[in-house]
Amino acid sequence: METSVEIQNRLRNLFESQKLAVVATQTGGQPYASLVAFVATADLRHIFFVTARTTRKFSNLILDSRVAILVNSSVNLESDFHEAVSITVTGIADEIMDHERQDILNLYLAKHPYLEEFAKSPSCAVIRVAARSYYLVQNFQNVMEFHIDR
Amino acid sequence: MSWIISAEHIRQADGPRVGGKGLALALLARGGFAVPKTLCVTSETYQEYVSRTGLRERIILELNRKAFKDMRWEEIWDCATRIRNMFLRKPIPDEISNQLKDAIHSAFKGKAVVVRSSAPEEDDAASSFAGLHESYVNIQGTDAILEHIAKVWASLWSDAALLYRQEIGLDVKKSAMAVVIQEIVVGDKSGVAFSKSPNDTSQGVIESVYGLNQGLVDGTVEPDRWILDRRKKTIISHTPAERKHWMIAAESGVQLVALPEKMTHLPPLNTNEACHVFELALKAEKYFKSPQDLEWTYRKRDLVVLQSRPITTLSPQKNGDKRSWYLSLHRSFENLKLLRQKIEHQLIPAMITAADVLACQELTELSDQELAVEINRRWKINQKWTNIYWEEFIPYAHGVRLFGQIYNDAVHPEDPYEFIDLLTRTEMASLERNQMLADLASEVRNHPALAKALSAGQTEGLDPQFLEAVDRFVEKFGDLTCAVTGGTQCEQAPGSLYKILLEMAAHTPSETGRQTSKNKDALQEKFLSIFEGEKKKTAVELLDLARSSYQLRDDDNIYLGRIESQLLAAVREARQRIDAYHHRQSNKKIAAELIQVVENLDHRPQFQPPHKQTPDDGFVIQARQLIGQPAGPGLAKGPARVIQHTADLADFKYGEILICDAVDPNMTFVVPLAAGVVERRGGMLIHGAIIAREYGLPCVTGIPDATTLIRNGDEVTVDGYLGIVTIGSSEL
Repeated sequence: METSVEIQNRLRNLFESQKLAVVATQTGGQPYASLVAFVATADLRHIFFVTARTTRKFSNLILDSRVAILVNSSVNLESDFHEAVSITVTGIADEIMDHERQDILNLYLAKHPYLEEFAKSPSCAVIRVAARSYYLVQNFQNVMEFHIDR
Repeated sequence: MSWIISAEHIRQADGPRVGGKGLALALLARGGFAVPKTLCVTSETYQEYVSRTGLRERIILELNRKAFKDMRWEEIWDCATRIRNMFLRKPIPDEISNQLKDAIHSAFKGKAVVVRSSAPEEDDAASSFAGLHESYVNIQGTDAILEHIAKVWASLWSDAALLYRQEIGLDVKKSAMAVVIQEIVVGDKSGVAFSKSPNDTSQGVIESVYGLNQGLVDGTVEPDRWILDRRKKTIISHTPAERKHWMIAAESGVQLVALPEKMTHLPPLNTNEACHVFELALKAEKYFKSPQDLEWTYRKRDLVVLQSRPITTLSPQKNGDKRSWYLSLHRSFENLKLLRQKIEHQLIPAMITAADVLACQELTELSDQELAVEINRRWKINQKWTNIYWEEFIPYAHGVRLFGQIYNDAVHPEDPYEFIDLLTRTEMASLERNQMLADLASEVRNHPALAKALSAGQTEGLDPQFLEAVDRFVEKFGDLTCAVTGGTQCEQAPGSLYKILLEMAAHTPSETGRQTSKNKDALQEKFLSIFEGEKKKTAVELLDLARSSYQLRDDDNIYLGRIESQLLAAVREARQRIDAYHHRQSNKKIAAELIQVVENLDHRPQFQPPHKQTPDDGFVIQARQLIGQPAGPGLAKGPARVIQHTADLADFKYGEILICDAVDPNMTFVVPLAAGVVERRGGMLIHGAIIAREYGLPCVTGIPDATTLIRNGDEVTVDGYLGIVTIGSSEL
């Protein structure tokens, strides 16, 4: 079995190698999935993404801050079934305001420099997700859970 | 695209397309050597077949469900079996098969052939590991030949090939298999020849048997052996074999029969012939410019080369590399028949006698010194039988695997383990034990007063008949506290037995498993109806052998357990004496030898420590869904009962999921109480899987760290169809 440190490294590597994640939100019991550019902190406690305030996912988040995020390394080949690693993160989202916003944007733009104009737009919100649990899927169906002790 | 080519059209550059054997045969024919008529199905045909049928992706999925490093040989064998079944069930697309049929028909005109593997890698690395892939002798008719081509393709993924996957560079995306189809040459005598001996470079070696080569190659027929001088081309020595059998062509396939009396006194080759064979080997060496390992046969006076390959020397096996031992477990039907005779008529009776003789000895009458000697003696007896268990009984268990392969070849079932249903409900000793236990439990169920007394721990004043039955049980099978073999520190106490009886009495154990016997007759009919005449006789014999092999898998452990319990009895006597002295209940000084002998005994095997629950750095790991091998179909949910020690079995409750390292036949008595079985040790034919199937319970085997990742009381779902174990509820 992999140790906690090995698993955390695996999560970090995946978060660094992947630019996009799928974010799931809900309203009135109707789930909704969207693709976002994300960045994770090295301690794996937080995941950030930027969204326009006009989006459905943003309005869903205002009503219910619970989210699930999926990051995976699939490349659309058969080999994905045994080679791809996928992580589902569950957690609580909130919007970052004021001075904190700039620090987070620096972290975000270091990974996604091409999104500067979008991310800095006043119509966009910087969303922070405090991760509660990670669900790591490997070898097609092997699933391990990791719960962050808060 | 040409999917099949005739030997005369093969050029050196075709090596990768036709494989080592195919190329060597084509070159031999061109060099004027007498070789049988040969066609070669190219490796591209294999590639096209696995691409068009989608098998390539299915093989990838099958091979990647678990890391190889976490797989036992049994799991690798299962994996190979499932892949083989995919090849058997997926027909070759018409466009390819029509071309193959036309070429085969026009080349052989209905004559029998040999279908051989010819892996492109075979001329180098793989040739060092002979026997990784399959070859089939005496196959007749285009449909049968096509089916055997698929079998040879499947053998690219044989358990042997998977074991040596690194050495031979096995890779699903690149590896392919060419197939050689040769007209069969039914020789009077056959053999192999090494133009240069691996042991002495100035010598060559010839081995020869009467009849076909198959008996020599698979080790069933002992060959005569000649050592020759390479320079003088003369015989240095001849070692005759004990000539008893020979392999001859049957209606289809081959058959081992007794050698006619007058031939048993004559070596298969005379001096002249041995020298001819050797000259042929030297000629091949000269032609290929490297020492050759030649397979040949004499048909009347004609000496024919069947195949030739460069001699490679095996690098010495590393310490702890058990792979060749695993492969030695593959036994032919003939070999298993001989083994069965020995086991049923010699070994098992001797084992029972050994245990009975030990049981008759009154240990309390021995002096300390005598007891020390007795413990050592019993330890040696136990060791002797443990060795026999590994050397004779475990290989015999391969009878089940051989039957499975023949069953799958004949029936092409959707479930490659359907054959097990034909073998279950045989009278295994463990089932007899479980039945006795069930009878005791029903006594408790029917007599509430008895149940009440047992719950309260009162054993005095109980019905003497019941106590007698308990005694009979304990005498025969022990009291369940020491049920798992492997330990000399076990103390017996009837409390565990009563606990289990109460639990069994409170519930009527499931009877669902019994329904498999209804299918049994239908399956048997389905299997046997495929064969006719002599072949049907063989199929009946094989089924009988498989049942005996299946039964022995359990019984041998029970018999071995009886011998071990006699060793334990002697150790217990010694401990009691030592304890009595320490607790001053006795003033008699204990002899030093006795103390020494008890201290020297092996201690119980250490169990893995339970899963660490303490979070490190605020990051708590928990298993959610674990992948193993599907070993018993069905779906079950229940609280986990993790067995770390034998004593934990006594706490087993009805409806729990049994989680253990390995189900020992001696612990199967809790299985009727269980809702499902999860085992770390993997395989479809291990005891846990067999007994779960017997009782119709969902079972998943081969879950690494099962007993550490799953904790007592965890809610566990066992998916025995997919081989998945899910831990915890669905809430996040």
